[in-house]
Amino acid sequence: MTPNGWLQIAIFFAIITAFTIPLGGLIARVMEGRKTFLSPFLGPLERLIYRICGVHQTGEQHWTRYAASLLAFSLVSGILLYAMQRLQGLLPFNPLGLNAGHVSPDLAFNNAASFVTNTNWQSYTPEQTLSYFVQMAGLTVHNFLSAAAGLGVAMALVRGFARQSVKTVGNFWVDLTRGTLYILLPLSILGALVLCSQGVIQNLNPYTAVKTLEGAAQTIAQGPVASQEAIKMLGTNGGGFFNANSAHPFENPTPFTNLLEMVMIFLIPAALTNTFGRMVRDTRQGWALFAAMTVLWFAGVFACLHFEQKGTPVLAANGIAMEASDTQPGGNMEGKETRFGIVNSALFATVTTDASCGAVNAFHDSFTPLGGLVPLFNIELGEVVFGGVGAGLYGMLMFAILAVFIAGLMVGRTPEYLGKKIEKKEVKMAMLALLVLASSILLFAGVTAVIPFAKGSYWNPAGAAAANLGNPGAHGFSEILYAFTSAAGNNGSAFGGLNANSPWFNVSLGIVMLIGRFLMIIPLLAAAGSLAEKRQVPVSAGTFPTHGPLFVTLLVGVVVIVGALTFFPALSLGPIVEHLLQ
Amino acid sequence: MITELQTATGTADPSQLGLSRGKRSRPLFDPPIVRRAIVDSFVKLNPKLMAKNPVMFVVEAGAALVTLLLINNAVHHAAGLGFELQIAAWLWFTVLFANFAEAMAEGRGKAQADSLRKTKTDSAARKIQDNGTVVDVPAASLRKGDICLCEPGDTIPGDGEVIEGIASVDESVITGESAPVIRESGGDRSAVTGGTKVLSDYVKVKITSNPGETFLDRMIALVEGAQRQKTPNEIALNIMIAGLTLIFLLAVVTLAPFSSYSVSAAGAGTAPSVVVLVSLLVCLIPTTIGGLLSAIGIAGMDRVMQHNVLAMSGKAVEAAGDVNTLLLDKTGTITLGNRQAVAFFPANGVSDTELADAAQLSSIADETPEGRSIVVLAKEKYGLRGREVSNHEAEFIPFTAQTRMSGVNIEGRAIRKGAVESVKNHIVELGGVFPPRVTEIADGISRTGGTPLVVCEDARVLGVIHLKDIVKGGMKERFDQMRVMGIRTVMITGDNPLTAAAIASEAGVDDFLAQATPKDKLDLIKREQAGGRLVAMTGDGTNDAPALAQADVGVAMNTGTMAAKEAGNMVDLDSNPTKLIEVVAIGKQLLITRGALTTFSIANDVAKYFAIIPAMFSVTYPALNAMNIMHLHSPESAILAAVIFNALIIIALVPLALRGVKYRPLGAGALLRRNLLVYGLGGIIVPFPGILLIDRLLGLLHLA
Repeated sequence: MTPNGWLQIAIFFAIITAFTIPLGGLIARVMEGRKTFLSPFLGPLERLIYRICGVHQTGEQHWTRYAASLLAFSLVSGILLYAMQRLQGLLPFNPLGLNAGHVSPDLAFNNAASFVTNTNWQSYTPEQTLSYFVQMAGLTVHNFLSAAAGLGVAMALVRGFARQSVKTVGNFWVDLTRGTLYILLPLSILGALVLCSQGVIQNLNPYTAVKTLEGAAQTIAQGPVASQEAIKMLGTNGGGFFNANSAHPFENPTPFTNLLEMVMIFLIPAALTNTFGRMVRDTRQGWALFAAMTVLWFAGVFACLHFEQKGTPVLAANGIAMEASDTQPGGNMEGKETRFGIVNSALFATVTTDASCGAVNAFHDSFTPLGGLVPLFNIELGEVVFGGVGAGLYGMLMFAILAVFIAGLMVGRTPEYLGKKIEKKEVKMAMLALLVLASSILLFAGVTAVIPFAKGSYWNPAGAAAANLGNPGAHGFSEILYAFTSAAGNNGSAFGGLNANSPWFNVSLGIVMLIGRFLMIIPLLAAAGSLAEKRQVPVSAGTFPTHGPLFVTLLVGVVVIVGALTFFPALSLGPIVEHLLQ
Repeated sequence: MITELQTATGTADPSQLGLSRGKRSRPLFDPPIVRRAIVDSFVKLNPKLMAKNPVMFVVEAGAALVTLLLINNAVHHAAGLGFELQIAAWLWFTVLFANFAEAMAEGRGKAQADSLRKTKTDSAARKIQDNGTVVDVPAASLRKGDICLCEPGDTIPGDGEVIEGIASVDESVITGESAPVIRESGGDRSAVTGGTKVLSDYVKVKITSNPGETFLDRMIALVEGAQRQKTPNEIALNIMIAGLTLIFLLAVVTLAPFSSYSVSAAGAGTAPSVVVLVSLLVCLIPTTIGGLLSAIGIAGMDRVMQHNVLAMSGKAVEAAGDVNTLLLDKTGTITLGNRQAVAFFPANGVSDTELADAAQLSSIADETPEGRSIVVLAKEKYGLRGREVSNHEAEFIPFTAQTRMSGVNIEGRAIRKGAVESVKNHIVELGGVFPPRVTEIADGISRTGGTPLVVCEDARVLGVIHLKDIVKGGMKERFDQMRVMGIRTVMITGDNPLTAAAIASEAGVDDFLAQATPKDKLDLIKREQAGGRLVAMTGDGTNDAPALAQADVGVAMNTGTMAAKEAGNMVDLDSNPTKLIEVVAIGKQLLITRGALTTFSIANDVAKYFAIIPAMFSVTYPALNAMNIMHLHSPESAILAAVIFNALIIIALVPLALRGVKYRPLGAGALLRRNLLVYGLGGIIVPFPGILLIDRLLGLLHLA
């Protein structure tokens, strides 16, 4: 660890902390329908949208209706995105003349599932596959809407805790509109302008053909990048305009944009802890979640950074300096941008997998075994370290329910969280959500590790699914595990090294993304509904306080232990044994 | 009488909160119960019964699968049968140990039921027919509404209400208390229980329950666990451990393809066998809590029973742990039943001794507890011995409703004591003057919640006796403990608010309800419940029944009416209202035991992973042996040691499950910190030396 490394991490964390209170407050006001400084400008627009769509602003929904609205919206918009990709040849803003031949049905399905679920897994090279129109009207639009939908679910769950003796948890359409209009849109416009100022491109030009200094011909891709880049981070989406994602100089040109992009990933998820605290009328509760997330975040950053800076015996044996010096970064620089170096690559990798973002500025596949374990394990923990927009909060609340359940028993009372008794229904729903994550990762990775296909078969032309791996052995296993983990967690980052653009991978990963998103959301909405109906139990000395260090420790413990117990066997056959073998 | 007062004070020993074992306790491992439990452990192997417990069902299925594989391999003369045989045996032991824990808990209940059943002889009853004649009929033939005559030596044939007569009744079969109690018609002591015995006089009893539905029947069914339903928290916990079982099932099942990929990638070794995978699964799923969960619940009911409280459901016991507000009757619960003299305040010009002497003289013949306490106080404070007053030709004036005074005429002195107003009238009638100073003193006593008694000799006022409600010893400490546990105590009294406030502050309760009518009580409960609080109360009268029914935990006194007993969800056979506090502690202890063992069970998995994972891939990935931090000597021994540890820990924790973890009245934070350290951190650490030790033993015995 270099002093510079410490400083960069400290600056990043200070910025996140500083924005948590003001932004948390703004989100709370917006989502509770109160007036904000934005209301004079956006209020009329909001009401216009409701009028056009026939939404009653005060029409509250039962959790089942809320869930049905979300599912219906996702289904319809997913089908539209599928159609848009397949029909891109007929649509405008297509200087490269890309058509249906570039997007096979299985790829279009995978991509639609990916963007509807806020995953942004991309098993293709975007600049060679999708037209500007699809990128703008399809992917970017979903970047906004899927994030707003996640925010809505989190709000519904928080309302479950905040309200009492009611049957409703909010209105999906209102949450979706408000989240997009007041939060995501203004921040994205701001973010895109700053990114543009730093050199991120924003145009509809055809690709530029240039001659390199060596005389070779090169095509430089162009496009409306900045507008997608901002929401890609703010909405914890992560789908790059270019295949190189945030390692591409047009997406992430300077160390400053790198910091800005990382800040934009954590900005809303961190603020939501404060929103939560405000909505349950006890901001300490929000800070407790913030603290638990911070502990897990620091642990990940330091572990990842430690192993990346330490390098590997193989690199050292080849005469590469492993010690950082004034002229050399030291450690493992394979797959990293020299602009960002080890600290900013490790930090970015941790942040993007703590949150369900999945944007990358370095190749996780090239990390050291244990350095790469950190992003993988982050996702397997359920992406609750700040996490995705909304998804991080509802995921952490799911763990809080389980933590409180065990703790509550140990103090001799029916467990309570925020005055709500945690009973059969809540435990059942939290366990279901946990099962969804574990089963979709393990079962699909298990099948993929051994499934045989004939060479040249439709499902996987390369033969057995394992033949698509770029590396043999334990590292190859990590690649499979990472792909399904990333899909189930709706992260979308790729470990790399795996050719996932075959019907088998496109379809299985697409299904896993849908399961990981919607089968997780439904039980949590059910829990929200059950909680909202309950009466609030007053706090007494016999109530276990959920805002102190003890609760933070317990929550961190539950998150880590559940994750570790579920995935330890798999991880020991992947990164752990790879580390021991090197 | 002094001894009487001391016994009364002695009952409220604060150490009782530490859950001392009651009189119904029996040794933890009573040989006949153990024998029966061992047999039952095998009976419970029936898959139909096992299916109720998902965790142990998975273990049984695993054991059966391994056994089948073992038989198959034996038929085909495969090698390495010793290992498989041992794994199969220990998996079966795991199931049997869990069954044994449950059977032990049930056995202890059954033993109690058996001793109760012995009292349920088929006695004859003397039924009074409509025409007034008495005929002998079998007790079992009695129906609701029948009337029987019970005379000395008769066993009361069924539950009922006394409609005529008064009798002393031996209720020791129900309460374990040998002193007889009085049962009489009307009022709050009219209920009689079938199986109890009339000792003197006679009663006519109207039967209130049909055969098979009597109190004794219900009691037998309850302690036997026949009516046991899972409690809400138990259900929630069951869901959680079933969910964890599924997650571990996924982790282990998917390990098959993962390892087959790894084996082909490494080009060495073989994928772990089904026997090994089953072993890993059984070690990971929460068998400790899964095996002990129902034993904990049954034992909790049993512990309540040991305190001579009969809980009508496990849910009631669990609810007791959740109680936020405790309603306690002042008289008999917080204070001793009666007021006592605590001080003498002489009027101007009267000496302390003179007043004390007169007060004692006036009370010598007064048999009320108040009167006796005056005699005692005078003796203790001024060394005045109770005199043999008959020598002095004394004439005692008893208290009458007209004079509202009592006293004595002795040696020409007319000493009277009574309430301020009565004595004032008396003095004025005799032409005396009531000194304003005495009125001031009396008002002062009233203000602090005491009762002033004015003493006069002829027309001269001597002074005031301060009578006071005496708070039982140790109550303040108990209420302080309650507060730490987050429980609010509310004193219920018929006294005026002034008196009530004084006693409330002396006893240290959080709140009081003065001049309480049964309706006020009910309203208070509803108000508390509307605020989301759970309320517990005790009661005995018929007019308490609505409140008992409304309260989340209603403890009826056994001396109370049938209506009260029907309305509550617990009956205290000792009729000791203070015991509510112990019931709360047992409820909490029950939940803590479950939580603690769940945490322990899950924490144990860490060590098991470190034992089994390196062993599974010892050939494929020898490098994984770096994780074998216990240095277990061979892969077989590592797996076997983990399985054996997993089985033995169940049996090792049976006493804890039956007895419950030690409960301390601490705040939630402190309690959690403690339990997390002991059962969480302890649960992570303990298996390491445990598995290591078993591994070494297996090596010594050449078993693996």
